Amino acid sequence: MPDHSFASFAKKAFARRESTLILLLFVLLVPISVRSPQFLSMKNISTILNDMAILSIVAIGEFYVILSGGIDLSVGSIIAFSGMACGMVNESYPQVSPALLLLLGIVIGLAMGLVNGILVAYGKIPPIITTLGTVNIYRGMTFLLSKGTWVTAHEMTPAYIALPRTTFLGISILLWIAFFVIALCYYFSRFTRTGREIYAIGGNPTAAKFVGVDENRVRVVVFLVSGALCGLAGALWTARYASAVNEMATGFEMQAVAACVLGGVNFSGGAGGIIGVVLGTLFLGVVTNALPVIYLSVFWQTCVQGLIILLALTLNTLSDQHKNKKLLAQRRG
Amino acid sequence: MDEQRDLVAKSRLINEMSLKNRLIEFFTKWEVLLCIIFASMFIFFTLRTPYFLDWFNLMNATFQFSEKAIMALPMIFIIMCGDIDISIASIIALCAYVVGSAAQGGASIPSMIALSLLVGTLAGLFNGLMITTLNMPAIAVTLATQSIFRGISIGLLGDQARTSFPEGFGFFGQEFIKGTIIPFEFVLYLVLMLLFAFILHKTTYGRRLYAIGNSAEAARFSGVNVKLTRIINFTITGFFCGLTAVLLASRILSVRSNIATGWDLEIITLVVLGGVAITGGRGTVFGVFLGSLLVGYLKFGMGLLKFSGTLMTIVIGSLLISAVLLPRLLDLYKANRKLRLQAQR
Repeated sequence: MPDHSFASFAKKAFARRESTLILLLFVLLVPISVRSPQFLSMKNISTILNDMAILSIVAIGEFYVILSGGIDLSVGSIIAFSGMACGMVNESYPQVSPALLLLLGIVIGLAMGLVNGILVAYGKIPPIITTLGTVNIYRGMTFLLSKGTWVTAHEMTPAYIALPRTTFLGISILLWIAFFVIALCYYFSRFTRTGREIYAIGGNPTAAKFVGVDENRVRVVVFLVSGALCGLAGALWTARYASAVNEMATGFEMQAVAACVLGGVNFSGGAGGIIGVVLGTLFLGVVTNALPVIYLSVFWQTCVQGLIILLALTLNTLSDQHKNKKLLAQRRG
Repeated sequence: MDEQRDLVAKSRLINEMSLKNRLIEFFTKWEVLLCIIFASMFIFFTLRTPYFLDWFNLMNATFQFSEKAIMALPMIFIIMCGDIDISIASIIALCAYVVGSAAQGGASIPSMIALSLLVGTLAGLFNGLMITTLNMPAIAVTLATQSIFRGISIGLLGDQARTSFPEGFGFFGQEFIKGTIIPFEFVLYLVLMLLFAFILHKTTYGRRLYAIGNSAEAARFSGVNVKLTRIINFTITGFFCGLTAVLLASRILSVRSNIATGWDLEIITLVVLGGVAITGGRGTVFGVFLGSLLVGYLKFGMGLLKFSGTLMTIVIGSLLISAVLLPRLLDLYKANRKLRLQAQR
């Protein structure tokens, strides 16, 4: 007999990781906004959201790879290559529209993701090794492409630079794109066959294969998605920061992985959701933005981020273990 | 009679094959392949530039990679057990901060070293305890501690640098063994390499690492204290981060918060290139020794030939991927061969 009472609903809702994260976010926001009322002003909120838009896109790509039981360390380099390519095309062919540049970024990302995916799926190289190799190769290719030079703001067209800043219904295009990606990926992971197959492969590859999931195909798909999203992020990155530099997005993979960890994505694969990842990204954004408010020097930002990741990880693990114990007890009883 | 002759002929055939097989087996070993790659690299550079095969240059080049090669040794233990540590560069930065600050405070050289080793060991112990007591994945925990340890040194040091060191501190990272052209760092590396090879290949502890890497569960049931072993691995690694921090600070005599950035991935690359399976349970210290020297001298030689750093990163990335892809293809080839031989018989 299913229990439909409010109490059981509330219990279920609180058992979900997403609600824990929202709760934590509020716990964090209350003292901050008491200390500095401007923190929750529309302007500051929109700053935080815009700062986090690109990270959320990349973190979602990283999410799919981690969900399948792998990891993608090459995201920063894919962003750099795609961003550099878009910047250089914009410099040499100003007539190419910004929308087409975004498309170019996605295509480049797809190609790089495909290489990762093929090496992992058919070369049977562990994802961490594959992407540890390609993070170097793609970064090197970025240097080869640019011959070490930069693309600066005055070499880019105003239309391209303005793209992420232009507002539509009071919200920047950058945010609209992020919303669109989030919605699309939510649908993809919840309601499509391939999306569910990624969960299956991450949860138990052997069992998934027995029910007919094509493991190789899924492994290629996750890297394709990750690559495409990084490609898009690269094109947006160049426009938002109005420059394409060879070293751009170095170490961004750690931020993306951190957002996933905060969002409750399990490293052994098969568990986690898009909403959690987005909340994790937001959490990182709030913490980063809040440090000056509590008079902590920006120099401590890295340390605080690390502590929060460790805390989130510990809480997630403890709650998982608690759940498993309860399940075991139920089975026995 | 006929039957007997047939048997003799058959066994001779099998013997010959096994000799051929053994040759194939030998030449498809990763360590042997590494030797071949290493030798051809030496020949290539020697033919291309007169400055490569010069004892002084070859010895001097070791300054560039000895520290990373030293860090690769304890990393073998960690990866052998199927774990990973991406916080080592941050621990090195933290220890380097300790060394620099102690030096500025007027500490003596032995106490500077002791402090650095202590902080490194504690940091490694922290990693190990977090990972094993709560049963959390090593990559997630060390991702967090990567930020924490680096963050502490950034927070304490800010945009400052520690540049005042006592007289004679430069010995560890800059000097040569008296009367020779061999750097102290490189000799230290060779000694440590032999020590790690002994531990991994000749002691119970080393065999346990292989057992854990192949199946932690099976190792546990056979009475190996898996958790303790993993904690020890991380603690040893922390200790060597402290040692490396001393060498690094002594070599460049300047400590900033961004010191050793990106070393985690470089050192893991050395270990994997050396033939240690990232899933654990397979690999040798000798392989990693060859891998470290290969990368070190590749960079040196390419630098002599004025190749850009870019090309080096591409070459090293490709080497890493082929290091895993090639043995797999060879395994496939071997398996196919075996099948064919069986079919013939």
